[in-house]
Formats: sequence, C-alpha cells, structure tokens
Amino acid sequence: MDWDWNFVWEIMPTLIQGVKITILATLLGSVLAAIVGLGIALARRSPNKALSRGVGWVAEFIRGTPLLVQLYFIFYVLPDIGILLPPLVAGAIGLGLHYGTYTAEVYRAGIDNVPRGQWEAAKACNLSARQTWSHIIIPQAIPPMIPALANYFIAMFKETPLLSAITVLELMNQAKSVANTYYRYLEPITLVGAFFLAISLISVVLLRWLERRYGKIER
Amino acid sequence: MSATTPIIKIDGISKSFGSFKVLDGLSMQVMPREKLALIGPSGSGKTTILRILMTLERIDGGHIQIEGEQLYHMERNGQLLPADERHLARMRQKIGMVFQLFNLFPHKSVIDNVTLAPMLTKGTPRAAEQKRAMELLDMVGMADKAKAMPAQLSGGQKQRVAIARALALQPKIMLFDEVTSALDPELVEEVLNVLWRLCAETDMTMLLVTHEMGFAHDFADRVLFFDRGRIVEEGKPDEIFRNPKQERTQGFLKKIIAAGHRV
Repeated sequence: MDWDWNFVWEIMPTLIQGVKITILATLLGSVLAAIVGLGIALARRSPNKALSRGVGWVAEFIRGTPLLVQLYFIFYVLPDIGILLPPLVAGAIGLGLHYGTYTAEVYRAGIDNVPRGQWEAAKACNLSARQTWSHIIIPQAIPPMIPALANYFIAMFKETPLLSAITVLELMNQAKSVANTYYRYLEPITLVGAFFLAISLISVVLLRWLERRYGKIER
Repeated sequence: MSATTPIIKIDGISKSFGSFKVLDGLSMQVMPREKLALIGPSGSGKTTILRILMTLERIDGGHIQIEGEQLYHMERNGQLLPADERHLARMRQKIGMVFQLFNLFPHKSVIDNVTLAPMLTKGTPRAAEQKRAMELLDMVGMADKAKAMPAQLSGGQKQRVAIARALALQPKIMLFDEVTSALDPELVEEVLNVLWRLCAETDMTMLLVTHEMGFAHDFADRVLFFDRGRIVEEGKPDEIFRNPKQERTQGFLKKIIAAGHRV
C-alpha cells in the first residue's frame, strides 16, 4: 500500500467540490441552529405552559434520538406525506434542528446570566416585553454565548459526513464515490480527515479570537 | 385634582415572600410634590413599597391609587378587575425609579441609556430625544460623558446617569431605592447634590429609601420609620430624628448613629 500523489491531484477537484458543500451545509445548519435554539429558549420561558412544555418535550425528543435517524426521517419518510426536500436542504434542516436543541441550552444560560436588575430597569423604563427582549436582554445575552455557540457549530461541522447517508454530495460522499470508482481508499479517506482537521484547526483559532472579543461583557 | 388629594394612596396592602410577611395591611398617603424619606432596619419593607409602586412586585392584597386611579386594578362596569399589562404600562408612565445598583444598560452608551426608553415608548424622533437627553445629562453633570460606556464610569457617575435616564420619561413620582448605598463614601455627595437639584428645580413627588440620615433629615418633608412591615412612627424630620417617641425608632437611630452616620 503506497501513497500515490498523482491520484491525489486527480481526485482533488472532486474533493474540493465536496468541501464546498460540507461548508455550505455547516453554514446553513448553523444559521438554522442559531434561530431554532433562540426560538426554543424563548418558547420554554413563555408563561403559556402548553407552549413551554410542548416545546420542551419536542426538544428533549430531538436531543434524545440520533441525528442519522432524523436525517433519514426528513429525507426518506417526509416524502410519504408529500414533503419532498432536496438533499442539501433536508441535511441543513436536520443539522439545524438537532443542534438547535443544544444551542437552546446555550441561550438559556446566556439569558439567565443577564442580571435581574436589567429586567427591572427595563420595566422601570416602561419598555414592553418585546422591547425588553430585543433591546436589553438579547443584546446582552448573546455576546458571552458566542464562543459556546461556535463550539457547537464546529461539532456540527464534524458531523456533516452523516449527510452522505441522504445523498448530499459533501466531502465524505465525494471521497466514497471516487474510492469506489478506483478501488483506492487510502488517499480519499486520508484527505477527508486532513480537510476536516485543517478546517477545524482554523475554526479553533477563530473561536479563540471570538472568546477574547466577546467572552465577557463589561458592566 | 386639588392640592389636598394624595398622589399616592396605599390602602391595606400586604405582601409575603414565601412564609415571610414583608408588608401587613400597610396604609399610607403621599401628597403631590411631597418629599418622603422611608427609613428603618433592613427587611422592614421600605424597599418593597418602592418595588410595589414600580410594579416590580405584585401585592397579595389591598389597593393602591396613583392620582386617584387604581394601580393594580382596573375599573370595568363598576367592577374592580386585576390590571392587565396595558393598564400597568399606562400607570408606569407616572412613575420612575432609581436603583441601588444603578442597573444601567451596559451595552448602551450614556446618552443611549437616556434616550432609549423615550424613543421606544413615546416614539419621539432621535434628534429631539438627544437634545433633551443632553439637557438632562447636563443637569446631573454628565454631559461630557455622553458618549462613554457605563463600564468607564465611577459608581457616582453611573448613578447620576441612572437618574437622568429615569427623568427622561418625565415621571410625576420618583422612587429612589438606597441610591447611595453602593457608592464609595467620597462619591455619595455628588449623587445627593443631584437630588437637591431635582428637589429645587422640579415639582416631582419623591420617595426616598435611605440610610443617609443626615440627608433624609435635611431633604424630606416627612419621615416614615418602618419596622416589620408597618409604619411605627412618622412625622417631620425634626420630630423623628431629634425626638422620636417610639422605643423602636429610638433604638434604630441609636444603632445608626453608633455605626457612624450623621444625624
């Protein structure tokens, strides 16, 4: 078994196509997870018990079942009730929903960390509940939670190979297909690992910077 | 409304936190423009009264009227119903509060702290609000720090901004909850000076919870001494501070003087 550089250069364009899709899926999934997480966190704080409990159960259910199963469900089962999604969209929704249940906990902690005095000052200023959330609480809660959110997005990135199971042509899927075509696994799979490692390391550097930039709010 | 009608009328209110009864059937009245000092040991319920007036705590029983209108109830077809959020928001317009720990919005500059609420709640244009905010900041001696962030200010400066923020909504009643208690001693004076200025230049009704007995004596028209959720003694500052009739008032003042507070 020896390493073939010519083969590497030959498959590189295909793999880079896959990297692009992997990054795109991660970005879409991250945006969705950020929104879903905030939605869950807000719903769980709602004075409407039915809403807060209902959302709580759904979140617990999603967190308690494997992402792979959810991806299969979204891509292969939903068409049975007429919801037919392109693979990448189904994948991004799966990632976003699944990780949204985790980011919800980050939001919860971030919101809890805003001192009670801020709520009281907002009330003394006669701000409505909506104004209090959008102008006082959320802007203070989010900066300190950016590093924790970014951590989940990096974790999500490393789970994108699961999307190959629902035919998304991301990096892993491209690597498998070239490997299956040429019956050589060494180079494609090694390169997949190398790509993930490189991007993860870059992300970690970015994360450290975010921690320094947003880690704490000065009072 | 005649000058003899109270601006605040508290009628038999009670409030418990768990099994601890903070206020027990408390009644009191405040006249328009009156400056009231609420003194007493911690846990006596004086801060709770301010928090209830600001609707930060709900009452368990009793009634409160502000300018003759129910605070926690709404009159509908001759019946008193619990107030909804809209009613409370309307009533809150009459009341402003300054907190012990300032509670400035740390992510907003000094001037934005002052302009935010009027812009959001009254919909006034930014330029007009900023002009007014600068006047208020000037009044509390903070105009030169308008662009600063709260984290860059000293405690006394923060508290003066917090006062300007509360004034921006033009309340008729201002509640001051131990506004100098969290300050280093050398910063107390600058905040008290602002209160003097408010007293001289506005006709707001002011309720002051304080441990600054000297200031309470000079500033207040009337002093209420609280203990265990009740008003034990009330009267002109001279009566309360020089010649308290109740044993508990005497004991409290003795302790305060022993702790080094000037009376």
